[in-house]
Amino acid sequence: MVDPGTLARLSLFASLAAPQLEAVAAVLDDASFPRGARVIREGLDGEAFYVITAGEAAVQIDGQERARLRPGDFFGEVSILTGDVTGADVVAETEELRCVVLAGGELVPLLLAYPALAVQMLTTSARRLQSANLWSG
Amino acid sequence: MVGLSREPGPGDYDVVVVGSGPGGLQTAYCLQRLGIEHAVISADEAPGGMFRSWPIFGRLLSWSKPDAPYEPESREYEWHDHNSLLADEPELRALVPQQMDRSYAVPTREEMVAGHTAFATRAGIAVRYGCRWEATRREPDGRLVLETSEGEYRCRAAVFAIGVTQPWRSPIPGIEAVPHYADTREAASYGGRRVFVIGKRNSGFELADGLLPWARQLVVASPSPVRAEVLALSTVRVRYFQPLEDAVVGGGTIALDAAIESIEPTGEGFRIRAQGTTQPGELVFETDDVIAATGFRAPLLDLPQLGVVTVAQGRVPALTPFFESTSAPGVFFAGNATQGAAGLRRDGVVSTSAAVQGFRYNARILAEHLAERLGRRRTRAQVERSELPLLLANALARSPELWAQKGYLARAVSLDEPADEGVVPLEHFVDERGTDGAAVTVELDREGRIFPAVYLRRGGRLRIERLDPHPLHAFDGEPYRRSLAQLVESG
Repeated sequence: MVDPGTLARLSLFASLAAPQLEAVAAVLDDASFPRGARVIREGLDGEAFYVITAGEAAVQIDGQERARLRPGDFFGEVSILTGDVTGADVVAETEELRCVVLAGGELVPLLLAYPALAVQMLTTSARRLQSANLWSG
Repeated sequence: MVGLSREPGPGDYDVVVVGSGPGGLQTAYCLQRLGIEHAVISADEAPGGMFRSWPIFGRLLSWSKPDAPYEPESREYEWHDHNSLLADEPELRALVPQQMDRSYAVPTREEMVAGHTAFATRAGIAVRYGCRWEATRREPDGRLVLETSEGEYRCRAAVFAIGVTQPWRSPIPGIEAVPHYADTREAASYGGRRVFVIGKRNSGFELADGLLPWARQLVVASPSPVRAEVLALSTVRVRYFQPLEDAVVGGGTIALDAAIESIEPTGEGFRIRAQGTTQPGELVFETDDVIAATGFRAPLLDLPQLGVVTVAQGRVPALTPFFESTSAPGVFFAGNATQGAAGLRRDGVVSTSAAVQGFRYNARILAEHLAERLGRRRTRAQVERSELPLLLANALARSPELWAQKGYLARAVSLDEPADEGVVPLEHFVDERGTDGAAVTVELDREGRIFPAVYLRRGGRLRIERLDPHPLHAFDGEPYRRSLAQLVESG
């Protein structure tokens, strides 16, 4: 269980009313990682879904930083939704990285229960795709 | 050696252990076996920790089967006995089931305490009872000082086996006026009364189960629904299902999914306002009693000021895979608080570190890690490369650590110069850089199937292979040995 107030400050959960926030908060955990710790790992599957609440993390492929993640950013959903192994490491880059965590198997039921979350996640994914296309183009 | 003498008093030690519950006793036993200088202090007067007081309604949730497919002095028997502490000496094993009267497959807390007291006595674990840890500081040389009711204990590493036993209340307006689970009265005093229990986890349902024969009406409420299909396959069903059955047939118990907005005293009782979650809508209850079964926190005293970061709304310390604070070096935890080392949460399965069956293995890993930190060379058994598949297959089929801590503890081997690395946290194995290695875990998938998983670390790259389940879990059979051989030999 996490503090519903923490969730209320994250754009992913911004559309939920207070009782729904409490229900979602009850199925999430929070996690703290020291600098350098890996949160998810390239080559593994079955890992969890994370939303950063404080601190920063780096997306690394073969040890090279490809993107920087900040409070409000989420990760881990691609491997959960596709069933493929994770394509990158996510590594804590600040003295403390704090995240809320959802077990992988709980992600789809949560999105089905709260479609507004699914729309918010889809919007963010679309923006990421747009940005990736711009870079590669 | 000072650490092995009886009731070691204030002074300088390599390690100081705080607590005489199962986590403290198991850690002390393992340190003693390794010959590490240490002292154990406890505010209590006798061993047993939280089981001296809780669960309130007497019976544990975790089972011990006095008769099982394996003999009680075997390591395999540990699967069937989730409550005894671990020992190398057969005569110190399986001490909890020896106390059980066999009226049920889970022990009473009195049987649990008797088993652990027998362990502490027979293993000769020296504990300074009645010695309360009161404050902590760090010396300029990095050593920790534990100020206690009997004087100062200095150490290179402190192990806090202090349980997760301090009442914690969720932030609901008015909840501070409500008794906590820990303050629950005699069951008979709830006779004929309406009782509202806040919390639908273990302690909430324990109260509902215990008060079912007494209360006129029981409401058990929290925002998230109870998932009966998950509970049905877990040991906690012992407590949950009777109140749930009463709720399902409309028998006076209500299991409510609601966010509680306020609790107001009315003179006679309480008025509770809530918002439904699964089924939206405002709800108002007039009730005679309210009990906050909202959980517990580790009694960390001043450790946060020493730099110990916490998770779970401040309730447990954030820990490394070897149970050290992620932010305060030398501050270690044992027992229930080792749930603060979350591991990889493989397929969403959490560790069993919050229960004796899981944390007893963590204590052994912690003691070995402390020995290494204190400068002992870890001895690794060299193994012929051709023997590796059988070693891993046997671990998968019979290692109680891997079965009790699924997806969390692994049996690891080195591949460069073939060696047995023993049982290690899986997270440590996958994040250790450098040498090539393989590790196996027993895991659970989302459908509840138990299967072996093989992790390979080669040239800094990770790979996971899931092997098929087996109807008899015979993971030491020929097909598994063949698969393991291919995996450890493949480039």
